[in-house]
Amino acid sequence: MGSRNKKNFLNSQKIAPYVFVFPFIISFLVLTLYPTIKAFIMSFQNILPGQVTFIGMNNYVRAFNSPTFYIALKNSTIYMILTVVILVIVPIILAVILDSNLTKFKTLFRSGLFIPSLTSVVVAGIIFRMIFSESDTAIANQVIGFFGLDPVNWRNTGWSAMFLMVLLASWRWMGVNILYFLAGLQNIPNELYESAEIDGANVFQKFIHITIPFLKPIATFVITISIIGGFRVFEESFVFWETSSPGNIGLTLVSFLYQQGIHQNDMGYGAAVGVIVLIVVFIVSLINLVLTGAFKRSDT
Amino acid sequence: MQKQKKIYTVIITVFMLIVTLLALFPLISLLISSFRPASDLFRMGMSFNISWDDLTFENYKYIFTEATQYWKWYGNSIIVSVLTIVLSLFFSSMVGYALAMYDFKGKNLLFLIVVFIIMVPFEILMLPLYQLVTSLRLIDTYTGIILPSIISASAVFFFRQYAMGLPAELMDAARIDGATEYGIFFKIMLPLMTPSLAAMAILQGLFSWNNFVWPLLVIRSSDMFTLPVGLQTLLTPYENNYDVLISGSIMTIVPIVLLFVAFQRYFIAGLTTGGVKG
Repeated sequence: MGSRNKKNFLNSQKIAPYVFVFPFIISFLVLTLYPTIKAFIMSFQNILPGQVTFIGMNNYVRAFNSPTFYIALKNSTIYMILTVVILVIVPIILAVILDSNLTKFKTLFRSGLFIPSLTSVVVAGIIFRMIFSESDTAIANQVIGFFGLDPVNWRNTGWSAMFLMVLLASWRWMGVNILYFLAGLQNIPNELYESAEIDGANVFQKFIHITIPFLKPIATFVITISIIGGFRVFEESFVFWETSSPGNIGLTLVSFLYQQGIHQNDMGYGAAVGVIVLIVVFIVSLINLVLTGAFKRSDT
Repeated sequence: MQKQKKIYTVIITVFMLIVTLLALFPLISLLISSFRPASDLFRMGMSFNISWDDLTFENYKYIFTEATQYWKWYGNSIIVSVLTIVLSLFFSSMVGYALAMYDFKGKNLLFLIVVFIIMVPFEILMLPLYQLVTSLRLIDTYTGIILPSIISASAVFFFRQYAMGLPAELMDAARIDGATEYGIFFKIMLPLMTPSLAAMAILQGLFSWNNFVWPLLVIRSSDMFTLPVGLQTLLTPYENNYDVLISGSIMTIVPIVLLFVAFQRYFIAGLTTGGVKG
C-alpha cells in the first residue's frame, strides 16, 4: 500500500476516474448541454443573418396559429399511435412463436426478420417508392388489382401517405423489437408454464396470464422508445417526399422544423418547434409511464 | 398427442416461413430488380412481370466502370464510419469503465448526464449544432459530419454493464506490480472488454453507415456525400440515374448483411443489453 504514495498525482485512484471521463464531459458540454440551452434561447429570438432580436413568445404564438403546424402535429401523432400499436403487438406475437419449442429453424427466422433493420432508411425509401409506384404495373398495384381494386397513386393520396410511412417504419424496426421481446422471454421460468399446463391452462391462457405480465417491463420500454421515436419521425417522410408533400400529407413535426429552420432559414421559429416536440414527447412519455405503473414499483 | 404436436410444428413453421419471406420481400425484389434495365424501373416501378430474357448485368457493369462519384461516396461512408467507431468507442469505454470500477465524487451526476443525453431528442439539438458547426467552419468536412456522433450514451451504459463483470482483483495485482491506472485500463482491462467493444463497434458502425439527417445538413458538395445522402439525391425526377441508384443500393446493403451474418452474436448482444435490464 505504501508504494502508492510515490505515484504522481495524476495517477492516483482518486484522480484517474476524472481523467477517464474528462473527454466525455467536455463533449457533453459542447455537443449536448450547450445546444439544448441554445435551442431554448433561440426559440425566443428572431434570427436573421447578423441580426438577432428577442421577440418573447412570438415564435410559439406563430406556431400555434399556423394551420400547417396542426397538420404536422396531427400527422406525427397518428404516426406515433400506429407505430406504437403495430411495433408492440406484432413483435410480441412473433417473439413468442420464435421462443416456442414447437418452432423449427428459429435462428434462421430470427436472422431473416432482423435483416430489414440493417437497411438504411434511404435505401428502404427507394425500394418502397418502386414497389408503391403509381404505375399500375408496380407490385403494390398489381397485388390490389388481383383483388379487383383500382390502382392507387400511393405517394399522392392522404391515407396511403400515412400507410407508406408506417409500413416503412414497421418494416425496419420489427426485427429490433422482436429481439427485445425475445430477451424478455428468457426471464420467464419454464416451471411456470409447466405448472400452468398441469392446471389445464391452454396456450391462450398461458399467454395472457404468464407471458404478458412478465413482458410488461420490456413492453413499457419498447412503448416509451416508440412514442419518442414516433414524435421524432422525419426520415420516413423525407425519403418519400423530401421537404414538401402534396397538401402536406407527409408533413411531420420534425419535417416542419426542418422546413422552417433550414429551408426558410428561420432558425428561431424552427427552434420553437423543436422545443414543442420536446415538451410533447416529455408529456406523452410521462403519461405512458404513469399509466403503465412504471413509477409505482419503486414506491413499494 | 405426439402427432398433434407435429402438426402444430408444421403449421407454425410454415407460418414463420411466410412471415420471414414477407419481411425479406422488399430486399429480394430490390435484388431481382437490380438485374433489370434501369429505364423500366424508372417508368414502371418494381413489377411482378419479369421476363427472364431481359435480365442484365448492365447496372453493375455501369457502377463498376463509370460511376466514379458513387465510389467517392462509398469511400466517404467508410471514412466517416471508421472515425465514428474509433472515437465513440474510445470516449465511451473509458466512461463505462470508470463508472464500473471507481468510486468518485460526482458519479451520480455523471449518471444523470448519461440519462439526459439519452432523453434529449437529437432534433432539438439539430439547429444549434448546425449553427455551431457553421461558425466553426466545419460544414462539408469529415469532422463536421462525425462531431455529434462521438458521444454515445447508450454505449456508456453498455460498457459500464460489461465492465462490472471484470475481475477487480486484477487491478489490485497490477497496482502492486507498479502499473499505472491508465496502464491497467489500456493494457489489461480494455483487452478483456473486447467482446463488448466488438458489439458496440458493429452497432455504431451500422448507425453511422446509415446515418442520414445530420450528414444531409452539413454536407454541401457532392464529393463529400455519404452513401445515404448521395443515393437520395439520385432520386430526382429530372435525371435518369436509376442504374446507379439500384445497383448502388444493393452495394450499400451487402457489406452490412455480410457483417451481420458473420458477427450475429455481437449484433444481438449490443442491441439487447443496452436497452433491457438484466
